[in-house]
Amino acid sequence: MKIIQLAMAVGLTSISAITSAAQLEVSVTNLTQGLIYTPLIIGAHTSDVSLFNTGQVASSQLQAMAEGGDISGLATMLTTANADIVENPAAGFLMPGMSTTAMLDTAATNTHLSLTAMLLPTNDGFVGLNAWQIPSEAGTYTFTINAYDAGTEANDEIINGGGAPGVPGIPGAPGGDAGTGGTGVTTTEANSTVHIHRGSLGDDDLTGGKSDLDNSVHRWLNPVARVTVTVM
Amino acid sequence: MNIQNKISIKMLLSVLLSSLLLSACSDNDDEPAPTPPPEPVVYQFDVSVTNLTHAQPMSPVAVLLHNEGQLWQIGSSASVALETLAESGDNSAVLAETMVLAQTSGSEVLMPGTTQMLSVMIEDTAPMMLSLASMLVNTNDAFTGINAMSIGDLAVGESISVQTSSYDAGTEKNSEQMATIPGPAGGGEGFNAARDDVDFVAMHGGVVSVDDGLMLSALTQAHRFDNPTLSITITRTE
Repeated sequence: MKIIQLAMAVGLTSISAITSAAQLEVSVTNLTQGLIYTPLIIGAHTSDVSLFNTGQVASSQLQAMAEGGDISGLATMLTTANADIVENPAAGFLMPGMSTTAMLDTAATNTHLSLTAMLLPTNDGFVGLNAWQIPSEAGTYTFTINAYDAGTEANDEIINGGGAPGVPGIPGAPGGDAGTGGTGVTTTEANSTVHIHRGSLGDDDLTGGKSDLDNSVHRWLNPVARVTVTVM
Repeated sequence: MNIQNKISIKMLLSVLLSSLLLSACSDNDDEPAPTPPPEPVVYQFDVSVTNLTHAQPMSPVAVLLHNEGQLWQIGSSASVALETLAESGDNSAVLAETMVLAQTSGSEVLMPGTTQMLSVMIEDTAPMMLSLASMLVNTNDAFTGINAMSIGDLAVGESISVQTSSYDAGTEKNSEQMATIPGPAGGGEGFNAARDDVDFVAMHGGVVSVDDGLMLSALTQAHRFDNPTLSITITRTE
């Protein structure tokens, strides 16, 4: 008798987890002291969708985001997949140390959460959360996430405005704290799949050296973001 | 007999036994026994802290119990107390913060690869939060620790283990120059009230060192660190 009741309760729980829509509050904090996020894209989607996979070549949509901060391709891809999305919740850059919050009403089938933004100044570095299963139990869930390299561009660390896919260089350093005149750190990217970013090198010469980045300002250690998801 | 009945009988027996014990202890005089003062309720936490770095001694570890507030907030200016700890390793101002209900400090520097056991206790007030802070002394203003972690649900005998990341107080530029590093790698200045950096707390980007392209740095490759930097286990013992 008791076993039957238990089985019924478990059955009911799993049914509600599958079929209930949820309202989410998603808060993202830029934990770094020297990196700026381009506009974020946040999406709740089905379990078979992913923005990126480590060890696999980036999609052209991810490449456009990671090299130039352009989230329009990812937005189209997610919308086509019937995802619930929020674009650009910070209304522009998310500056170092700052947070932004987005509300997301999710359809019952959109059980997984992803978010991403480019990290400036980097060549193709991005912060990412890929297909995190949204808990069915109401509550607040906090975790940290890391910086990835899209693997699509050599990390030359030259700031030249190059943000279009396939164009070398870093589109900009909105913090106004980078240098010029670097000769380039590298011209190759040995790992062409998405991987954990090895970090920027930078140098201490703002008018020369190999890199246009400042090694006392633009380096980072993981994690680079804190995510707080409240399931209503 | 089912399990529930067995439990009921066991409980009944134990209640009977304890009342027998109580009566055995009671005063045999006719005068009513004086009411003893209530035993204070003690909450005690043992904190084991291990320095996971290669060559970053940690300043004496500050541990505090509190019911409100936090030691730092990402994106906000460091308090002067935290600035002092992060630039010089002096934790006295942090330990004296008004929110602190009880506190303790390591008696000496926590060297790399070593573990210290600290203990903090409080009577009659159930503490809700624990914070911990320590400076990485071979840096300008890096610190690590725990910020207002909830311990209110921790039962006696239970533990929480965490590994901490390192933060930059944002109050002193990371020049890494000898005159600005208070630890053994520099022997330089500790606290300086001037704030010549971004003036907000965030995660630390690590030290660069002279071996990796910061020519004026007093630090070498040996002083580089990655996250995590401390391994901590908090056990409620009372």
